[in-house]
Amino acid sequence: MLNRQGRPTAAADASGSGRATFTGNRALLQSEALLFEIGRLDTTGVDIDEPEPFTPRLGGLERKGDIGLPGLSEPEAMRHYVRLSQQNYGIDTGLFPLGSCTMKHNPRLNERVARLPGFADVHPLQPVSTVQGALEAMDQLGRWLLELTGMEAVALSPKAGAHGELCGMMAIKAAIEAKGEGATRKVVLVPESAHGTNPATAALIGFEVKAVPAREDGTVDVESVRAMAGPDVAAIMLTNPNTLGLFERDIVDIARILHAAGAYFYCDGANFNAIVGKARPGDLGVDAMHINLHKTFSTPHGGGGPGSGPVVLSPRLAPFAPLPFLTREGGTLGLVEMARDHAGERPFGRLTAFHGQMGMFVRALAYMLSHGADGMKQASEDAVLNANYVRACLSDLLSLPFGDRPCMHEVLFDDTWLKGTGVTTLDFAKAMIDEGYHPMTVYFPLVVHGAMLVEPTESESRASLDLFIATLRDLALSATSGDTERFTGAPYLAPRRRLDETRAARSPVLRWTPPEPVSEAAE
Amino acid sequence: MRYLPLSDADRGAMLARIGVDSIDALFADIPAEMRLDGLVDLPRRKGEMEVERLLARMAGRNLTAGAAPFFVGAGAYRHHVPATVDHLIQRSEFLTSYTPYQPEIAQGTLQYLYEFQTQVAALTGMEVANASMYDGSTACGEAVLMAHRVTRRRKAVLSGGLHPHYAEVVRTLSRMASDDVVTLAPDVTASEDLLASIDDSVSCVVVQTPDVFGNLRDLTAIGEKCRAHGALLVAVFTEAVSLGLVTPPGAMGADIVVGEGQSIGNALNFGGPYVGLFAARAKHVRQMPGRLCGETVDAEGRRGFVLTLSTREQHIRRDKATSNICTNSGLCSLAFTIHMTLLGQAGLKRLARVNHANAVKLADMLAGVPGVDVLNATFFNEFTLRLRRPAAEVVEALAGKGVLAGVPYSRLDPGAGLDDLLLVASTEINTDDDRAALVAGLKEVL
Repeated sequence: MLNRQGRPTAAADASGSGRATFTGNRALLQSEALLFEIGRLDTTGVDIDEPEPFTPRLGGLERKGDIGLPGLSEPEAMRHYVRLSQQNYGIDTGLFPLGSCTMKHNPRLNERVARLPGFADVHPLQPVSTVQGALEAMDQLGRWLLELTGMEAVALSPKAGAHGELCGMMAIKAAIEAKGEGATRKVVLVPESAHGTNPATAALIGFEVKAVPAREDGTVDVESVRAMAGPDVAAIMLTNPNTLGLFERDIVDIARILHAAGAYFYCDGANFNAIVGKARPGDLGVDAMHINLHKTFSTPHGGGGPGSGPVVLSPRLAPFAPLPFLTREGGTLGLVEMARDHAGERPFGRLTAFHGQMGMFVRALAYMLSHGADGMKQASEDAVLNANYVRACLSDLLSLPFGDRPCMHEVLFDDTWLKGTGVTTLDFAKAMIDEGYHPMTVYFPLVVHGAMLVEPTESESRASLDLFIATLRDLALSATSGDTERFTGAPYLAPRRRLDETRAARSPVLRWTPPEPVSEAAE
Repeated sequence: MRYLPLSDADRGAMLARIGVDSIDALFADIPAEMRLDGLVDLPRRKGEMEVERLLARMAGRNLTAGAAPFFVGAGAYRHHVPATVDHLIQRSEFLTSYTPYQPEIAQGTLQYLYEFQTQVAALTGMEVANASMYDGSTACGEAVLMAHRVTRRRKAVLSGGLHPHYAEVVRTLSRMASDDVVTLAPDVTASEDLLASIDDSVSCVVVQTPDVFGNLRDLTAIGEKCRAHGALLVAVFTEAVSLGLVTPPGAMGADIVVGEGQSIGNALNFGGPYVGLFAARAKHVRQMPGRLCGETVDAEGRRGFVLTLSTREQHIRRDKATSNICTNSGLCSLAFTIHMTLLGQAGLKRLARVNHANAVKLADMLAGVPGVDVLNATFFNEFTLRLRRPAAEVVEALAGKGVLAGVPYSRLDPGAGLDDLLLVASTEINTDDDRAALVAGLKEVL
């Protein structure tokens, strides 16, 4: 166990013991060269026989020369990637309180069922008569999502949260154009606390983004919305619960104001985890909301994807849902994949090839079936309970920008309490790494100074939270009592010390290139 | 509930510590009339065995590719994926990690992304590649938007050989962004005159090779004319294995290369998740969408990797970002890079030759079937048949006999009047028995 007395201070002692090794390895932690430094162009880890001689049909477009792709034998490849994996922190490693990202437990049952050949080894363009089970899984997932959200229709194809936002905003744009208001309704209202994807999405399809101010308590100022909601407004994009971890308590009024003004309500569902089974977005007046299956419904984040972002739609937007969508005739499921316009359907187009992230659908469905209505409600309650427990146990040391009041699934601190210590939010986060924790989300949302957004999720036990809280208290006391070195040089114990991001951006090196041969003249 | 560690005793003690008397006190901000009293109308929790049984039953209702002679492609391909790949991507530290925003404890992810970017650049013959997009079709849409930013023009020309789903993704995005798109008619034999559509108003020309009908295309002349008119050549592929055998777009003057990476390392998955590959000329790197991993050093001068040039991205630039993309296809790019590392160029080239050889063998056999014309002069591992009956009927009839024969073009583009075209793919998985079954089946149903 490392303690402060044993903690190394000099940079050269970076790896804990202060003892240099010949290899640079640290026992279980092996450093690993780049593939291009250890691989060989003539090596392959896959045994394939050469084909019998034949006459190619390449029309003279045969690739010539080296491609520049070295290979490794199977044991070498195994070791390369296992060693790399050991330089990563995951949920399975420890508490991962990354606010707004919902790093909850990823059940392995979900991995198993997603790999059943009936789901994994099925082509998206097989005849629909041969994939009725796959369509049934999609249909069932959609029906669970609609029941949980109280909405009318669901578009399953969006590939991630931001893609879902694009889907929802495109449906809104299509609905506005169908009413002949495309030329006039150009403004989308976005609170300053929103995820960056919200304004980026709106701007991508030609909307003008206007910021909505927040009240002192961090929630959207309903009077400002009332003043801004005019014939030029297409929609509001609002995250609820918001990125400060607060439920927008005037949400029903906000929806009414927008609807009265002829505009739509897009809800960013990134934080849906807090309210599953507790309230339904459809009841609140939401017109479109994406659901991050990789947050709320536990499909793995995988180091940055793949995600999945189905979008639920209100009756007003349902006719504009994109292709493809499912149909049911008797006991047979069908897929509508290409443009059609009847029965009131006016799909706005297509967001992606094929039908969406089937592998993620199966995992999310396994999560839902496992939890059931009761388990999902309990999960939301535990997520909120855990966040509030962290808040209550730290509120005497860390500063809460909007007062000590209940939060939802995540609790937001700012850096007021660090003022004068010489320790920044970033330093504090890096010192958490030395203690074996992944830092919380830092510097987001942008509306508070030096934000630290903590989302423990429902997956943490009380003992785990108690140790986390004790660690943060120890760190906080250390910061306020002048031990700045513990922070400003941190992390000391990670596979790397702090990395020079400025240098990376100033002269980008985005791929490996063979080293220049050293010549006499260059000396 | 097996995933929830808190006991009721814990919950009670924690509520007391928080200073409230019930969990509902923590949900007080939700308007009372909107709070659900009971449970939503869905089944209750289930044990692992029961869930597995339910889902296995659903899975069992599908005809799996491995259980049939299988020739379906058109944008997704069945290849053998080494067991090592699926084992490694399930390692906790890869599977349960997040986007590497804390690089000191994410060097594993960052190093493989750097290796992935290098592999994709080499494979496509380009200078830089990003850390992946959602899939090939969305990468194609983003490539068009990028071309518009680079050229400050807003008109894309889409080849008639572009996969219809990809074309529809571009058209949807463009319609919503009020950009212009010109789509050429379906070009079954790669004989369209793309050069004629390139002028000073065009931002980019989007050409797929091998195209959706399987034809290989020499892009050199298109690239030259694009350059002469200040337009960009966007090259698209849906079968990454082809690049082991066919001249890469980078060697034919492409400015942006996008494609589907599924066929290396990733299963069919009924359409997703897949992995979009995105490569470009280095001079355009600051207009690229998506994440980029770059090399740097740590405080002790040791080499390390970070996400970089993030001032392009939505979390910094918000409404001025190059794209709204946030999550990409991390784990699928890991599968891609592991499979590619196992193959190496030696294995990739051989795999590509086997694919091509199998397709040539099959095309020659099918050419001898009455009522079948093979339309391609060139192809890699997929080609187009003209049948004397509507292809959709033939595919359905053959599915009834347990043969998955390919994709009727009409399924991708129902209005084109090309109901007699069948797209047939053949990879290394196909055996002599598979080929014989397809030939025999076609003879029966035609």
